Amino acid sequence: MSMSRFTLYKKRLKNFFTQFIESKSGVIGLFILLFFVFISVFANYLSDYPIKATQGDLTARFKPPSMKHWLGTDDVGRDLLTLIMYGGRISLLIGFMAAAISGGIGTAVGLLAGYFGGWKEEILMRVTDIILVIPGLPLMIVLAAVLGTSFWNIIFVISIIGWTGTARVVRAQVLSLKERPFIESVKAIGAGDGRIIGLHLLPNVFPLIVAQMVLRIGISILSEASLSFLGLGDPMSVSWGMILHWAFSTGALSSNYWWFIIPPGICITLVALGFTFVGYALDQVVNPRIRRR
Amino acid sequence: MVLLDVEDLITYFETRGGFVKAVDGVSLQMNEGDSLGLAGESGCGKTTTMLSIMRLLPSNGQVLGGKIIFNGVDMLNIDEDTLRKEIRWKRMSMVFQGAMNALNPVFRIGDQIVQTIRAHQDVDKRVAYEMVEELFSLVGIEPKRARDYPHEFSGGMKQRAIIAMALACRPDLVIADEPVTALDVVVQAQILELMRNLRDKLGLSMILITHDLSVIADTCNKAAIMYAGKIVERGDIVTVFKHPEHPYSQGLLTNYPSIRRKRQKFAPISGRPPNLLFPPPGCRFHPRCPYAEEICKTKEPEILELDRGHYVACHMKNL
Amino acid sequence: MSHEKPLIKINNLAKWFPVRTGFFQAIRSSERKYVKAVDGVSFHINKGEIFGLAGESGSGKTTTGKVILRLLEPTAGNIHFKDKEITTLGKSEMKEFRRRAQIIYQDPYESLDPRMTIFDFVAEPLIVHKIGDVEKLVTDALERSELTPPQEFFYRYPHELSGGQRQRVAIARAMILNPEFIVADEPVSMLDVSIRSSILELMVKLREELGISYLYITHDLATAKQVCDRIGIMYLGKLIEEAPIDELIDEPLQPYTQALIAAVPDPDPTIEKSKAMIKGEIPNPINLPPGCRFHPRCHYAQDICRKKIPELIEVKKGHRVACHLKT
Repeated sequence: MSMSRFTLYKKRLKNFFTQFIESKSGVIGLFILLFFVFISVFANYLSDYPIKATQGDLTARFKPPSMKHWLGTDDVGRDLLTLIMYGGRISLLIGFMAAAISGGIGTAVGLLAGYFGGWKEEILMRVTDIILVIPGLPLMIVLAAVLGTSFWNIIFVISIIGWTGTARVVRAQVLSLKERPFIESVKAIGAGDGRIIGLHLLPNVFPLIVAQMVLRIGISILSEASLSFLGLGDPMSVSWGMILHWAFSTGALSSNYWWFIIPPGICITLVALGFTFVGYALDQVVNPRIRRR
Repeated sequence: MVLLDVEDLITYFETRGGFVKAVDGVSLQMNEGDSLGLAGESGCGKTTTMLSIMRLLPSNGQVLGGKIIFNGVDMLNIDEDTLRKEIRWKRMSMVFQGAMNALNPVFRIGDQIVQTIRAHQDVDKRVAYEMVEELFSLVGIEPKRARDYPHEFSGGMKQRAIIAMALACRPDLVIADEPVTALDVVVQAQILELMRNLRDKLGLSMILITHDLSVIADTCNKAAIMYAGKIVERGDIVTVFKHPEHPYSQGLLTNYPSIRRKRQKFAPISGRPPNLLFPPPGCRFHPRCPYAEEICKTKEPEILELDRGHYVACHMKNL
Repeated sequence: MSHEKPLIKINNLAKWFPVRTGFFQAIRSSERKYVKAVDGVSFHINKGEIFGLAGESGSGKTTTGKVILRLLEPTAGNIHFKDKEITTLGKSEMKEFRRRAQIIYQDPYESLDPRMTIFDFVAEPLIVHKIGDVEKLVTDALERSELTPPQEFFYRYPHELSGGQRQRVAIARAMILNPEFIVADEPVSMLDVSIRSSILELMVKLREELGISYLYITHDLATAKQVCDRIGIMYLGKLIEEAPIDELIDEPLQPYTQALIAAVPDPDPTIEKSKAMIKGEIPNPINLPPGCRFHPRCHYAQDICRKKIPELIEVKKGHRVACHLKT
């Protein structure tokens, strides 16, 4: 009985989900993420309050939580709950994009280093090592200060630091795949390097990359929050880190305006945790070493 | 003297897809001093039979029926404690498949064997070490090599060490699962020679489990051929190997590559072994059997004595 | 067998693997250590011939097979395929060569890409070489490999097939470009015994129908006897004897060959038992003994054996030996 390709993909997807669900933390993480994605995407439907700084209600500054403002207001009278909902957009967006870019760079570096070996590998891996050795946050701070603070610069800064982990993991996997006969067999039929790398190594490394990238999103969000908090974020955009920055710079901390500080902090933590849980659960499912056959 | 009597053993594994009928009504008998070769391809149930006899099945495996009497002891009904203290290693020991690669790399080989000895016998360390040296001489390893680590031993030496470990308590029966499969040809011959010598010198009884029929022909005096969880033929080695009666045995043996026989035409057995979740009805070999008749498709053949000591499970032979 | 120029001729082929030593060792000793996996091997394979290359682990037989196809680059030596020197070919010429020379691997569980369907896997050579009519050729290849009906297998994945079926798929892929030469690296050693015959039968049938030559690499002399025409025995990187198969088995000249053959057990229980004629095991390939590599284990070793490496010399027609005592 033969199956069409579509039925096969459906079956594979089903197998994947069955295995994924076995990880309780993965499921919890998934729900957390779905929640935050939902409120971010539908922020404008869920809230009527404006977020532009100029539209703040200066008569209602620093108000604690009330029925009117569930999470209180900020230093210019904006509804904090609304800010947090919109803030999710920026944080998640930056997180995704930085993770995607660093995933791309890391994969490319790992594939090329692992496949070619020799001096090419040496150079690539030494560059990786150098970046790994330099402390991440200080380096990001320096770069952000030098390049200027804009939406794209932040993404660039985070990506340029974040690809090294993926590169190492991918290279290790490529090295082990190279030894397996089915990869050598592609060379034996006359295929060139491009085909081997793109059509054979990459699909076999892909699940690992996805797991890595998901973890990386969480880390990127934390990085963005750190940079924004330190004042190096895009001042035009509302991200959770920026909210914390405003909280700090307007003295909310010393005045004990907890609703300004704690909610954004919790959001950052929960989202990072969510991605970590999902990332680890994915790793359990796709990692050929851990996976149960 | 009957050493081992297995009657109608049934062992199934519980899996997500259902019950795998790995061993389905297996009977065999061994006398003291016999070396029985249990032959069959992968998945036929030979390792499961051995694990059932030793009660070392994994958690999803269960013996669901049959009797195993070893030296008068009802193996399936004694408690785990007695089994561990009295039988395992002391009267029945085993050489597992791939055991030579399972030696702990961070302990000296001598220490590992001493550990085994002291787990089953109440002796102090010094005595145990002396026993190790004695065992090493027995299996052909220089006694002082007991201080080496596994990575310093070659493949053949590791296997000798495993055999030494199995003989530590001078058991009555040694069960060896693929003891020479992973070894080079010349080393294989050395180990087989060793096993034959030990058997003669110590009066050991042996069960040798392997898919390699030539290894069995080389070392055993009795043979049992398994297929899809059942024994299809058994008897003494010459009868079974030179005058096989079951179509599967015939198919296997007449085609068996031999370095000494004239080159023959290929006559492979068609098809492949069945899925033991859903074995075929009737005789499990019937889909591949050139002589299959209606009765073969519906009724399972009983294993019956065709000739003295020669048992075959085939409708066509029991007319 | 043809008596024209041989299809494959290798000359003094060598493959040395550098051994990674620790940092301090590298400073201390200036001498680089190598595993001389293949160390000066020469033989030829005629068109339509099945040439066996046998030996135990560490003999270099698999490495030789891979170097001939340049899946590993040779350290030294020549490889001639129908008069063309393979070791110096450029990229596009290598691609042409690969159309004509293929490989079948030992492990049917590792030689198929787990993520590809059988159709894609067998079709891949056609796609690489841009040959049209993919579906028809794949169908033919699967049929020739006795996987019928072929359409049943198109959308299956390797893990759904048995070992024997996977090996047939591997054969189909190797055959689809109509190669002239196939390196078969222990193609049946990981298969069940009752399946082996049928795979070997398939290989021989393809030789009869299509005139393919094989390099049959094995450690099992019994299957070699079933399929090979001529055979070479390797020990620690050197070819130590070469003869037509029956002659080698009936009248082995090199002491190692003799020991190897005596050690093979036979499924006939009434025949003499297998004998271990030599003691010890194959030594560490990094520290090779001087002179004849087999001399430490050889009962007949003389002084000259300890000093000089014996050459492979033809002592009878078609029968070459590397042993000081036999030449």
